Amino acid sequence: MTAREAILGQVRMHLRRAPSQSPPAIPEARIRVPVMDRAARIELLMQRVIALSGTAVHVATLAEACHTVALITGGASAVASNAPLLRDAGITALPGVQTGFMVEAELRALCTTAPFGISSADYALCDTGTLVMMASPADARLISLLPPVHIAVVPADRVLSGLDELFTLDALPADHTSSTVFITGPSRTADIEQLLVRGVHGPGEIHLIIYDNPT
Amino acid sequence: MKVSIFVTCVVDQLFPATGMAMATVLERAGCEIHFPEDQTCCGQPAFNTGYRDEAATVARHTMKVLQGSDYVVVPAGSCASMMCHHYTDLFATGTDHDAARQLAPRVVEFSKFLTDVLKVEDLGARFDGVVTYHDACHSLRELGIKDGPRRLLSKVRGLELREMDIPEECCGFGGTFSVKFPGVSGGMARTKIDSIVRTGADILVSADSSCLMQMAGAISRAGLPIRTMHLAEVLASR
Amino acid sequence: MSTSHLDHQDFGRIINNTLADPHLQKAVYTATGRLMSHRRSAIEPHLLPDYQELREQARLVKLHTIENLDWYLEQFERNVVAHGGHVHWCRDAEEVAETVLSIARPRGVKLVVKSKSMTSEEVHLNDRLAEHGIESVETDLGEYILQLLKQRPYHIIAPALHLTRYDVADLFEEKLGTPHDTVIENQTRTARVVLREAFLRADMGISGANFLVADSGAIVVVENEGNARLSTSAPRVHVAIAGIEKVIPRAQDLATFLKLLARSATGQMLSAYTSFLSGPRRAGEVDGPEEFHVILLDGGRTKLLEDEEKRTSLTCIRCGACLNHCPVYRKIGGHSFPWVYSGPIGAILTPQFHGLDAEPALPFASSLCGACAEVCPVKIDIPKILLRLRSDIKESEKGTAEHQFERMAFRAYAYAAARPKLWRRLTKIGARFSGPGIRNGASLPVVRDWLSQRDLPAPAAKSFRELWKERRP
Repeated sequence: MTAREAILGQVRMHLRRAPSQSPPAIPEARIRVPVMDRAARIELLMQRVIALSGTAVHVATLAEACHTVALITGGASAVASNAPLLRDAGITALPGVQTGFMVEAELRALCTTAPFGISSADYALCDTGTLVMMASPADARLISLLPPVHIAVVPADRVLSGLDELFTLDALPADHTSSTVFITGPSRTADIEQLLVRGVHGPGEIHLIIYDNPT
Repeated sequence: MKVSIFVTCVVDQLFPATGMAMATVLERAGCEIHFPEDQTCCGQPAFNTGYRDEAATVARHTMKVLQGSDYVVVPAGSCASMMCHHYTDLFATGTDHDAARQLAPRVVEFSKFLTDVLKVEDLGARFDGVVTYHDACHSLRELGIKDGPRRLLSKVRGLELREMDIPEECCGFGGTFSVKFPGVSGGMARTKIDSIVRTGADILVSADSSCLMQMAGAISRAGLPIRTMHLAEVLASR
Repeated sequence: MSTSHLDHQDFGRIINNTLADPHLQKAVYTATGRLMSHRRSAIEPHLLPDYQELREQARLVKLHTIENLDWYLEQFERNVVAHGGHVHWCRDAEEVAETVLSIARPRGVKLVVKSKSMTSEEVHLNDRLAEHGIESVETDLGEYILQLLKQRPYHIIAPALHLTRYDVADLFEEKLGTPHDTVIENQTRTARVVLREAFLRADMGISGANFLVADSGAIVVVENEGNARLSTSAPRVHVAIAGIEKVIPRAQDLATFLKLLARSATGQMLSAYTSFLSGPRRAGEVDGPEEFHVILLDGGRTKLLEDEEKRTSLTCIRCGACLNHCPVYRKIGGHSFPWVYSGPIGAILTPQFHGLDAEPALPFASSLCGACAEVCPVKIDIPKILLRLRSDIKESEKGTAEHQFERMAFRAYAYAAARPKLWRRLTKIGARFSGPGIRNGASLPVVRDWLSQRDLPAPAAKSFRELWKERRP
């Protein structure tokens, strides 16, 4: 008997269930999406990100987003993801910014040395100040993970009220991505004396740029 | 209103004044009091130590003694909770289970009986002193008693209530736990007492005699000038 | 069948050592106190008005899943495979070690980075890997510190809760050869540098999983440092080890569980990183693991399913709130507990996983204050289960010499308490003899134990019964 059969057999014996017996009705998932207009969402999002010791700016255009990125990096070395919006904004053409990596080793090498990682975010959750990053050919994982500073650009219409709205729009993220990461504030630890230190293994700084995209 | 009182074994032997005070307060609130003579103990010591057969023996006796009482008022949240909640666990089925279910809603902890059944808060008491109030764990978490005792105390003339920073933290009694793990139990009591001292209160009040026994013992051992009183005694003062 | 071993059987002795160590007492009390106040702020009604409804939903969903566990495990497995991952079923610790080795060896794995996993602590995986020349590095800061100290976690979510910055300064100086530095920021930076190198060199990352999501074939890993993200992103092979009870039906259920988990654990609205991982990297992705394996461990869990009340122990989401709020844990700390799970949840899991006789004193080390149940995000009635286990232990002691005196005493007590006349006579005699004599002489062990900590009130001159009679002739 395989371990699989043994374990499932034990489970069924103790629960008095037959193989493939459908479960009784499952409690409905609890989803509550509050009514919030865009301005309120953006305001709350910025408040939350700042409370988590990040920075957040709301700009009108992609050009302004690009300008903000330039101010933050100051021309220092940065690695940008392959997200089309970063290219459209002109961010990938800024001095010091490198992009277009298709080979992991090259991406890794730059991510370990560059002080800035620039990515888009698929969504932002305003109630918790969270970035939702879904891995794809356009957005590699290490960019928001290895450099000490993470800059994320998110369109205003992607600012959601919270987890409930996200899972309403996208009930099965696994169908289209291998990794959905929720980033809420900088990397942190309180392992020594329960006192907070920012920037352990991931970025110690997060900058969020929200831009008004035409809808 | 006719009420029976179940004074608990601890009050009967160690703190009879608490029982007398409870009777006084209930009478002032217009109750006619009956003390079922054959009462002994609720059985909780055996139940909490894992001796369910022994606890069942005692519980059966108590259920018989309290049969026919409209209300049974108890000066200890822990014993009240034993009778309200754990008797039905003890007897899963049968006539004992029915008796336990019959008894459960009629057993009411003393402060809850005043605030929720009689709906009185001002008992005309006067007590000059600064007190702090300890939430007994089972009153708080099993019977949901939190504001009631404070409302009762707020109506006592001359009394000042000062809250501890940890009013809800356990005093460390826990029945046989107190002697099975004496060092832990004693440590918990001392933590609680540090918090009592920080309030500057002269008197520690609670509505459970077992907690009071634990804390009075630790206060006395520490040589602190703090008195302990049951809520009933404060409310009976004039 | 015990699938893993207790770490020690010195419950009583370690308790006493902990109580006698003022440095440790202060460290544990302060740290748990901070966690308590963080949680309290995070669930305030203006921030989380539906906290109680969320708890009830979490309880119902977890219970439903546990009661239909085979169904959801099979669904989980199908979906992992559909996304190109692999699922391995393991009955016990030994099978987990074998499985990890069977993945690691053919792939030439030399270095494993691990992110905090209580389940892998259950199976003592690091030792087994070392036997085969595979180095494993714990990457959570607290776990890294403990690995250097060769200690096990003190707490479910704050493994190094018992250590201070001074302990860490000594340790780093000794083991890493860095200058003695008591600034926590600098200590953290030191660990970052050492571990960054390991992340980039590692061939395999091992993580735990907070949730297994059946409808997605995904695992969810909740953390703050980024070490779990790195362990699951950088190495080419990712292996997640999880107990079979970790499954939840739907991704949508995360809208409930994630709101409760971080708040209950650290008081954060969400942890800094919550990774929802569903398989290896997909076509065109530049990074991410090439292989994704999930190891499902029974390890004694199926035994808990039979009893309706006790199976609720398996709904635990490992937030650690019951530890922080337990006045006993705050006195005796995590290492007094004989197994990797400590505090109230450890007190109910340990006897159920390892047998009632493994550490029979454990379920009795509670004042039954109920603080654990009050803060549990899935509403496990821990005191009720403790009471059940106490009763089971006393049943199992019947006919043995264990606690014979106690048993006799309770028999006598019950006999007398059911006979009011005898009870009255005995209590009267008792009162007469329990005056200063017994209190000072401390003849009975029970009295001695009481008096070791506090005074005993003198019995009243007259019992309530007598006073009442005098009042109402």
